[in-house]
Amino acid sequence: MTALAIDDLCKNFGGVTALAGVSLEIGVGERRVLLGPNGAGKTTLFHTISGNLMPSSGRIRLFDRDITQLRPDERARLGLARTFQITNLFPRLTVLDSVLLAVGGANGRPLRLIWPMSSYRGRYEEAHRLLEQWGLAGTARRVVRNLSYGEQRQLELVLALAGEPRLLLLDEPTAGLSPAETSAVVAMVQQLPRDMTILIIEHDMDVAFEIADRIAVMHQGRLIAEGDEAAIRANPQVTEIYLGME
Amino acid sequence: MRGRIGSFAAGVAVLAVLLAVPHAMRPYYVGLVTKMLIFALFAMSLDLLLGYTGLASLGHAAFFGVAAYTIALLFLHAGVGGWVAFPAALAAATATGAVIAVLALRARGSYFLMITFALAQVVWSVAFGWRSFTNGDDGMPGIARPDFGWSLDNTDAYFYFTLAVVGVAILLLAAIVKSPFGRALRGIRESESRMQALGYDVWRYQFTAFVLAAAFAGLAGALYAYYNRFVGPEYLNVIQSAEALIMVILGGAGTLIGPAIGAALIVFLEDYVSSMTEHWVMVLGIIYVLVTLFAPRGLVGMIVDYRQRRSTP
Repeated sequence: MTALAIDDLCKNFGGVTALAGVSLEIGVGERRVLLGPNGAGKTTLFHTISGNLMPSSGRIRLFDRDITQLRPDERARLGLARTFQITNLFPRLTVLDSVLLAVGGANGRPLRLIWPMSSYRGRYEEAHRLLEQWGLAGTARRVVRNLSYGEQRQLELVLALAGEPRLLLLDEPTAGLSPAETSAVVAMVQQLPRDMTILIIEHDMDVAFEIADRIAVMHQGRLIAEGDEAAIRANPQVTEIYLGME
Repeated sequence: MRGRIGSFAAGVAVLAVLLAVPHAMRPYYVGLVTKMLIFALFAMSLDLLLGYTGLASLGHAAFFGVAAYTIALLFLHAGVGGWVAFPAALAAATATGAVIAVLALRARGSYFLMITFALAQVVWSVAFGWRSFTNGDDGMPGIARPDFGWSLDNTDAYFYFTLAVVGVAILLLAAIVKSPFGRALRGIRESESRMQALGYDVWRYQFTAFVLAAAFAGLAGALYAYYNRFVGPEYLNVIQSAEALIMVILGGAGTLIGPAIGAALIVFLEDYVSSMTEHWVMVLGIIYVLVTLFAPRGLVGMIVDYRQRRSTP
C-alpha cells in the first residue's frame, strides 16, 4: 500500500502551467522532501493534494482511495493534515482554544449545539497533553497573534498533529526561523511516530537531508529527479538548477 | 471562575431591574423597554453571523419581517391566532433563512453583503408591491395579541411575556455560543481555510449559523408584530437591516451583551430624536461614523481595552 499516489497531475492557471504531469508515490511511513527553486510548483502540488486547488487533470490517491474530487475537509477526515507556508492560524483565539478546535475537528463529529465545550473533559486533556508534549504549555492562555513567529510556526505543526494524521504535509516549516528555532522544528519532526508519512517542502538543504528518507526535486512543474541524498547530490541536472545556485 | 460568578450576578441584577420596570415606570416607558428587549434579541441574532461567524449580512430584516408578516397575514386573512401563528412565523423565518443562506453562501465578504441585501430587497418588494395581499405600504393594522391562557393586551402583561421569551432565547444563544459548534464558528471567522484543513465542513457550519440567526430574528419579528399590533414594509427595509448592524457594531460584535446594549441605546435615541426631528436616519449615520472612528470594537471592546491598559502598565 502507498500512502500517497499521484498520477500525471496537471494544473494550469489560464495560460500558465504550474504542474505539467507530476507522478509521485510515497510509501507508508516514508519521509519525503520536495526540493526545487521558487516557482517550481511545489506549493501548487501541495494545494492540489490537500484539496485547496482542483487539478486540471490527473488523479490523487490517499491510502489507495481516490480523493481527486473530495473537498479539503473530507480529505482531512481521511487522515491528511497540512501546515501552510504563510502562517494560517486563528489570530484572535488563545493557543488552547486553537488546539481544542484541532482536537475536535478531524473526526467529523455531528454539530453539537448546546452542551458547553467545557464539558468535553477529554478534549481539554488531549489539548493540554499536546501543548505539553511540544513545549507550548506555557503559551496556552495567550492570544495567538501575540506569539513570536517561531511559536506560531510551532503551533501550526501542533494543530496539524492534533488529529493524529496518517499523512502530514509540511509547507516550508522552517522558513524564516532562526537556526535555534529551525533545529527545534527539525527535532519535532524527527520525534513523530515512524508510521506517520510526511511530505515536506524545504528550501534548506541541510534540513532536507537531515529529515528525508528520499528526496524529489521539482523544476518548472515537473519532477526531474528522485532518490536518496547521494543520488540527488550526484545528479548533474539538480546540481545545475538547484545546488549550483548555492 | 470569578468571571463566571460576576456575570451571573450581573445577569440576576439586570433581571431584577427589568422585573421592576412595570412597577416603576409609566406605561409609555414600559413599552419602550419592551421594544428594547425585542431589538436586543434581533441584534444578538445578527451578531451570531457578524461577530461569531464573520459573515456581514445586510439582509437580516428579511427574517424579522417575514415572521411579522406571517402573523399579520394569518390573522387578518384567516383569523388564525397565536398558538398557530407564532410557530408558523418562526417556521417561515427559518425557511426564508435556509433559502437565502444557500444562495448567499456562494459568496464571501462584500459580495455576501450585497447578495443578502439584494435578496432581502426582493422580500421587501413583495410586501410593498402586492397590495391586494399585504396592503402595500399602508401596512396591516389591527393584529390582536395572542392569548396563551392569559391576556397579553395590557402593556405590563406584554412586557413580561416579551421578557420571558427574550430571556429564554438569550439563554439558548449563550449555550450555542459556548458549545463546540459556537467555538467552531469563531474558528471559521478567524480562518476558513485552516478550519477546512482541520476537517471542518465550513459550509455546513455557516449554513447552520445563518439559519439559526434567521430563526432568532424571526422570533424578534413575531414579538414586534404583536407589540405594535401592526406590520408594514419598513420592517423588511434595508434601513431596518442597517440599524441592526449598527446596534451590533455600536455595542461590540462577537459578544452577546454588546448587541443588547447597542440595541437599547439605538431604540432609546430613536425615540428621543424622533420627538424632535424627522431626520433620524441622518443621526443614525452620524452615530455609525463616530463609532467606526472612535470605538471600532464597540462600547464593550472599548471597556475591555481600557481595563487591559490599566492592568498592564
